[in-house]
Amino acid sequence: MSDHNQHAVAHYRNNFLREVEDRVEDGEWVKMCMQCGVCAGSCPFGPHWEHSPQKIFMMIRAGKREEVLASDSMWMCTSCYNCIVRCPRKLPITHIMHGLAHYAHRLGVAPKGQPTREVARLFWNNLARSGRVNELRFSLAMYFKDGFVQGIKNSLAMQGIGIGLMKAKRLNPMEILGGHKCRDKDGIHKMIAKAREIEERKQGFTS
Amino acid sequence: MDSIATNQTILVVGGGIGGMTAALEAAECGKQVILVERNATLGGRTARMNRYFPKMCHPTCGLEINLRRLKGNRNVRVMTMAEVSRVAGQRGDYTVTLQLAPRYVNANCTACGDCAAAVEAEIPNPYEYGLSKMRAAYLPHAMAYPMHYVLDPSIIGTADAEKAKAACKYDAIDLGMQAETVELKAGAIVWATGWKPYDASRIQPYGYDRFANVITSLEFERLADPHGPTGGKLLRPSDGREAKNIAFIQCAGSRDENHLRHCSRICCMASLKQTHYVREAHGESGKSTIYYIDIRVIDRLEDFYQKVQQDATVSFVKSKVANIVEDKDGNPVLHGVDTEGYHRYATAHDLVVLAVGMEPETNGIKLPDDMLLDSSGFIEGSNVSLGDEGMFGAGAATSPLDVNRSVQSATAAALRAIQIVHKTSTVESK
Repeated sequence: MSDHNQHAVAHYRNNFLREVEDRVEDGEWVKMCMQCGVCAGSCPFGPHWEHSPQKIFMMIRAGKREEVLASDSMWMCTSCYNCIVRCPRKLPITHIMHGLAHYAHRLGVAPKGQPTREVARLFWNNLARSGRVNELRFSLAMYFKDGFVQGIKNSLAMQGIGIGLMKAKRLNPMEILGGHKCRDKDGIHKMIAKAREIEERKQGFTS
Repeated sequence: MDSIATNQTILVVGGGIGGMTAALEAAECGKQVILVERNATLGGRTARMNRYFPKMCHPTCGLEINLRRLKGNRNVRVMTMAEVSRVAGQRGDYTVTLQLAPRYVNANCTACGDCAAAVEAEIPNPYEYGLSKMRAAYLPHAMAYPMHYVLDPSIIGTADAEKAKAACKYDAIDLGMQAETVELKAGAIVWATGWKPYDASRIQPYGYDRFANVITSLEFERLADPHGPTGGKLLRPSDGREAKNIAFIQCAGSRDENHLRHCSRICCMASLKQTHYVREAHGESGKSTIYYIDIRVIDRLEDFYQKVQQDATVSFVKSKVANIVEDKDGNPVLHGVDTEGYHRYATAHDLVVLAVGMEPETNGIKLPDDMLLDSSGFIEGSNVSLGDEGMFGAGAATSPLDVNRSVQSATAAALRAIQIVHKTSTVESK
């Protein structure tokens, strides 16, 4: 992973804007930002993260590569689309934020232990295994992500809800054994592999 | 009427500052001109301003000069309450259909005002952008031309109309007037149809239609006018309290893909000008705050901007306001993040003035097919590739222009129209 990062640094030298335009989904929109600040003011999470979208876009132009990629801002986006709706230049801000998050993750420089990133990672691994989300295993993975003792504590705290879900037949305890999956699991895996191959080529990770 | 108009006639559509100028420039060159205006008076939006920038002079002055020129010129025929409904033909030979709305008042009117005193019905005053009401028999404004009263069609057939008629000592009220359709000939047409403010209620986060103390720059212009609804006092609409801490929000509708794509060009200057009104009203105790993306004052007007920057009562916040909420006292609270340091703010003001953008008055109106419009609907002229070059835009109908530039544009359009009718007459005399 860090090889990719070094390679990207070497390839784009100090032109981080170019790098974002080439490699980040919807990154070519970044230069259209006119720094009006409506996105930052409209964001419901605004006060809770360090860099507003407006600031991220300016940092990209200023070549602050490490600060941008290590920022937690992209991971805080809840996809409410307020910014996209109000942006006077019609920048797909939500999509750019997700694109940046994905790119930082792919380079291995995204913030470690950032909760939303961790959830996203667990969710993806859970889903990609069989083509279906196994909710029981996903929940357990979430509970135990901070260690065994914390996992037991989390499980006990959520006990009531778990039992309630089981009684309402919303949660099957047998799912722990592997659970339901897609009919053609191998097909799903092949499809994901192919999609990844295309994406890697597009983003310049492979030639 | 048909007899006076020939294919040597220049038709000017719109009687604002641009249309008046185009008509007069052509008429003073000896051409026959018909000036048609949809409203009951000439003067357009200029007549409803308090002051012009950059010299801060009163519109009465500029209009007065033009009205004097008009009264002294036999070549211009003014038709008010007339709207163009159809244009047929091509350059040198247009047939124009006009719809004339009844004024219910004839030329005997001396503007004495007895009819207005007799009438009880009240209607929102369009010349004050609805900020006040007026009697349904009215003189549009003090600078009205022609200086004749108008009866609003809503009172026709009611007792009010009869009262107005009975009150008139000059037999000027004619309740039997009907709408008419007339056709006339013209060799060239100048479209000086002007502009209208962008509908501020469409900018949902600013709550123009929800908060009484969020107004447009044009309404503020009326508040500052000594002849306006508040007698020139800056009183806020919700409680009539004097507004001292006033916010100006730039690009309200302009430079926005969701609203108007273009920069309306004059709004920055308009807000800078309006900070003068605040200073004049309150001196050092007033406060103006301009929220902007960038201040776009064009060429020499930069001087004006620099002077305002030196005014300690005026501050600038580089930020497009994200949204407005109202606190319990009815003060609008502006939320956003500024670009110089990325500080989050939530600032209460007494009054918020939206510097609304300009869009062509003709948006929503069907223009002749061979008219070329830009992506915002401003008139570029008639389509030369269709073999027709006898129609021109003038003034703010062609792009967002201030009074000064509108007059320049109108003068240019007059010259082009003169060339067309001149060519036509040369061909005919051969």
